[in-house]
Amino acid sequence: MTTSLTWRAPATRGRNGRVSSVWERFTPYIYIAPFFLLFLAFGLGPLLFTGWVSLHDWQLLGDTHRYVGLQNYGEMFNDPRFWKALRNTLAIFILSTVPCMGLALGLASMLNNRTLRAKTFWRMALLVPNVTPLVTVTLVFTSIFGRDYGPVTWILRSLHLPVIDWGASAMTTQIVIAIMVIWRWTGYNTLIYLAAMQAVPSAMYDCAEIDGAGRWTTFTQVTLPMIRPTILFTVVTSTVGGLQIFTEPLLFTSPTGGNNGQGLTVTLLLYGQAFNSFKFGYASAIAIALLFIILVLSLVNFAVARLIRSS
Amino acid sequence: MPVTSKEQPRTAGVGRPVSRAAARSRRRSLDSSRRRRREGTPWFSYVVLTISVLLALIPLYWMFVVGSNDTSAVSRFPPVFLPGGNFLHNLGVVDSIVPFGRSLINSAIVSGAVALLQMFFCSLAGFAFAKLRFRGRRLLFLLVIATMALPSQLGLVPMYLIMSKLSWIDTYWALVVPGAVSAFGVFWMRQVVIGTIPDELIDAAKSDGCSTFRIYRSIVVPNIRGSAAVFGLFVAMTTWNDFLWPLVVLNTPDMFTSQVAIQQLRTQYTIDYSTVMTASVLATLPLLLLFVAAGKQLVAGIMEGAVKG
Repeated sequence: MTTSLTWRAPATRGRNGRVSSVWERFTPYIYIAPFFLLFLAFGLGPLLFTGWVSLHDWQLLGDTHRYVGLQNYGEMFNDPRFWKALRNTLAIFILSTVPCMGLALGLASMLNNRTLRAKTFWRMALLVPNVTPLVTVTLVFTSIFGRDYGPVTWILRSLHLPVIDWGASAMTTQIVIAIMVIWRWTGYNTLIYLAAMQAVPSAMYDCAEIDGAGRWTTFTQVTLPMIRPTILFTVVTSTVGGLQIFTEPLLFTSPTGGNNGQGLTVTLLLYGQAFNSFKFGYASAIAIALLFIILVLSLVNFAVARLIRSS
Repeated sequence: MPVTSKEQPRTAGVGRPVSRAAARSRRRSLDSSRRRRREGTPWFSYVVLTISVLLALIPLYWMFVVGSNDTSAVSRFPPVFLPGGNFLHNLGVVDSIVPFGRSLINSAIVSGAVALLQMFFCSLAGFAFAKLRFRGRRLLFLLVIATMALPSQLGLVPMYLIMSKLSWIDTYWALVVPGAVSAFGVFWMRQVVIGTIPDELIDAAKSDGCSTFRIYRSIVVPNIRGSAAVFGLFVAMTTWNDFLWPLVVLNTPDMFTSQVAIQQLRTQYTIDYSTVMTASVLATLPLLLLFVAAGKQLVAGIMEGAVKG
């Protein structure tokens, strides 16, 4: 090991042959620098700049950006589309997250069983939806839930039930979009929960068993409290991701969220205002509003988690 | 923890001292093969899992069915439920609307580049956070974690402005550079380094006078190669599936990624499902094949990364 090490001049050796130099103390920062630089340039920077743009009348064309104060925010609060988009987004978020978490917990506790056969098969099969492109997922489900044709309509007709025009009303649109989200994310969350469940010390289960706790009691009194940090983690990531939902409503309805805005979500509105109407200032105000909502909801998640822990 | 497993049974056991004693003695006899009672798998687990897997796979099967039939076959009653022979014809239609082969190549280039860059930068940062001592390490790492809670997608408008300033609109740069490193990846790779490389090895190398980069190159990289590859696969798949950002920064059909190209096949009011699904099959098949080949490792990787999530 005596060759090497002068690959860059500053690395000189002190006693004991150690590389002891200012350079070596500095290198860890170089290794983590790419993350922080890119985050500043393409993460935090743009977010802060969004706040700045939101205070201006900022069109795509034209170099003058007139400062308008909070006017864009005023326009937003008076824009019925914004409220509709917010309602739809929250509805889709709740309709998708709650069942998704519940299903994932149930499936994970079934997979968390030593005698289960074909473990790898189940895990892989459940993860397949998560590697499927979002665009594909949306288009497949759009055709499955077609109004005139498609499997769902066929089943309803065969059972002599009324046929549903899924894309027509806000509620059915939300349901179909929620189904897409549930389909794509349940398997992934299942694996996350399963990993957390496997990390629970088996002594805890032994104790529960010795004391005669049944499956359900064990699940609610041992498993759930032990994996609470993981559940909180998935709730927060689902909040951040779910409230930005875009691809599903865009492709299931239209860039404007359908004729009556039944599929309009906040990010869809943001996208339309920015890249169809080229009102960058207004779009930025919407982005800041959504950012604020996401941060508040994430904090609420943490607060609720803390409350549960202390009670 | 509010309700420990010890409190719960106490109430359950009060009325049943016999069963408690029995349980105690059973514990002794079960020491070698622990948890026998719970170890049986109830039949309904298999039923539920089978149904779930069917629900997970049927939509993909439907994609193959629609993509290989003509449009009228899909709108028939009852609809067709078997793949047909119209795939190549549909493919011709797809290619007459957008250069779809080109879009697949674009997707592959972008996904491959992002995956390689992330494997390098994330493992380097992960190694630093896992094994190197430096001032502010804990705080900086917490900062990395905290950035995951930030919805950076909302910086869409300034991102677009930045890309125009850099003249990166409609280029690979706009897709590759912002994705070259991620907080999630740094976290994942840190877990991997902690899990695979003992501190003693690093210390030994240090006292031999190895520079930290030499340690990274000669000790870390060879040992984490497998896990890094799984991570790279994960990154490539998510990048392949990206939609909103490519939709914003790409204008010309020759630059479209496959996901943007598929969207172009769908006009505002009508969808010719067979063409759209044919394209979807082509854009999804590479992912499914990769998944069949490496899905087992991917599952393990996701679960390892999650333990301390």
